[in-house]
Amino acid sequence: MSANRSALISRPKSVFDVERIRADFPILKLRPGGKPLVYLDNAASSQMPQQVIDRLVLYQTTQHANIHRAVHTLSEIATAEFEEARRKLARFINAREEREVIFTSGTTEAINLAMHGYGRKFIGAGDEIILTTLEHHSNIVPWQMLAEEKGARIRVLPINDAGELAIGEYEKLFNEHTKLVGVAHVSNALGSVNPVKQMIAFARARGVPVLVDGAQAVPHMKVDVQDLDCDFYAFSGHKLCGPTGIGVLYGKAALLERMQPFKGGGDMILSVSFDKTTYNVIPQKFEAGTPPIAAAIGLGAAVDYLAAIGMDAIAGYESDLLDYATGQLERMPGVRIIGTAAEKAAVLSFGLDGVHPHDVGTLLNQDGVAVRTGHHCAQPVMQRYQVPATSRASFAFYNTMAEVDALVASIRNVQKVFC
Amino acid sequence: MADPRSLYQEVILDHNRKPRNYGALAQASHKAEGHNPLCGDHLSLALNLEGERIAAIAFQGESCAICKASASMMTASVKGKTLAEAETLIQEFRDMATGQIDVDKQAHHLGRLTVFAGVRDLPTRVKCAILPWHTLHAALHSVADISTESENDPMHAPIGDA
Repeated sequence: MSANRSALISRPKSVFDVERIRADFPILKLRPGGKPLVYLDNAASSQMPQQVIDRLVLYQTTQHANIHRAVHTLSEIATAEFEEARRKLARFINAREEREVIFTSGTTEAINLAMHGYGRKFIGAGDEIILTTLEHHSNIVPWQMLAEEKGARIRVLPINDAGELAIGEYEKLFNEHTKLVGVAHVSNALGSVNPVKQMIAFARARGVPVLVDGAQAVPHMKVDVQDLDCDFYAFSGHKLCGPTGIGVLYGKAALLERMQPFKGGGDMILSVSFDKTTYNVIPQKFEAGTPPIAAAIGLGAAVDYLAAIGMDAIAGYESDLLDYATGQLERMPGVRIIGTAAEKAAVLSFGLDGVHPHDVGTLLNQDGVAVRTGHHCAQPVMQRYQVPATSRASFAFYNTMAEVDALVASIRNVQKVFC
Repeated sequence: MADPRSLYQEVILDHNRKPRNYGALAQASHKAEGHNPLCGDHLSLALNLEGERIAAIAFQGESCAICKASASMMTASVKGKTLAEAETLIQEFRDMATGQIDVDKQAHHLGRLTVFAGVRDLPTRVKCAILPWHTLHAALHSVADISTESENDPMHAPIGDA
């Protein structure tokens, strides 16, 4: 029965050469437990192509020294490569200026930087911050810490049953106390793509800055921060085929200049005496201490790799993958897809009737299928759907239609075990 | 490493489908709540001690199959046992699940509970199996609430969650 059903759904034909791309990713050749690895946990962390691995090795074997310090040749090379990576990142998101790209350890640190640098200086008692139900904990908790410290208030834009922001409620949340909007570009738990451009336009017309958490958007679509006109845009390297420990806070230069430093230390100062310290200019003002130089250069290579494939081509292929996977799961009895927004990135959260997500995850793993199970650091989303957790398959451009079939077959195995 | 799929044996699936001693006790001398905030597992445990003996025991809650089957089999195992016997089982179950004893080679009192031995190969699921036993330990020592993530929990070992 099930085989007949799946036979009715034809796999879309694509000009996207996924097999050639897969050859770039050594880890995809792994066979855990003797079965091909089906890696569908890309929203948690993506895999790294050989080109990025090679770049890290090249840096570490021939170019490494500390940056922005010594006059010796290696330090000059390392500094130049690090700043070249900043230029690449600026181009990748179409920032107006390179100095608007602050390197951080990841999205979490980027949002914390905005909270300390902007929030603690400009948000006070009685002020309001607008967030949404879809936010990852990393775009909730820093603002809660700020609200508690300052006596500010957090207001929450809810979602509908499909997992779309209740955009009709958005304008009503604004008043004279509104000081910031924080919104995910793409929901990590559900995949919903939020109408951030429209939300930014409304906020900016009222003089309210907007921080976009782009961790789940930059790997899947072309992001243009000037077109969005956002004030801050945060994302991570390791979800973007780059290394862990590196990420970016984009901020408009005029805003970054008005902000206070986040961390104190070397590199973020112009001069220090015990009487007075003068801070450096942006971006160095926000990059205290020795940064993860290799990771930044590796991320530069990762965005080169993605740009060569083309973000529009990636978005198109992933959309085909999502449509195919959604069609397959929709037709499976006992499977409920959680998050059915009209605009979605390639994330499929689902529940199986009568089976806890952790049992699903353990059994899928036995078939070599790696998915995420849990609350996805988005407990307000779980509360909205009244589930403790979901199973989440999240796709990347190196996944295949055959891997969707492997997921479906493995879900059927789980259902057999629990029937 | 044993095939972890063997953890999902018929006896465990059966206890998950039809948990024994499931529900509430009208009157209980000892109670505790167990939580695993990482996966949302939650169970309430109630029991009646008559002298040194566990005369009645019941549990209810929402959890994965491993946790529910573990709770079901635990209640069946400790019912009618003395406090000292129950404490021995708690210790031995914990040692089995964390791989500190090999149930094939060392003496123990676990009986059919050895179906959970395979959980030691699934580090992320050990807490699911142990939660009911920690909750029993808490009830017997009159601790009202335990969490797998609280610092005084003997199994405390946070799992990353990004």
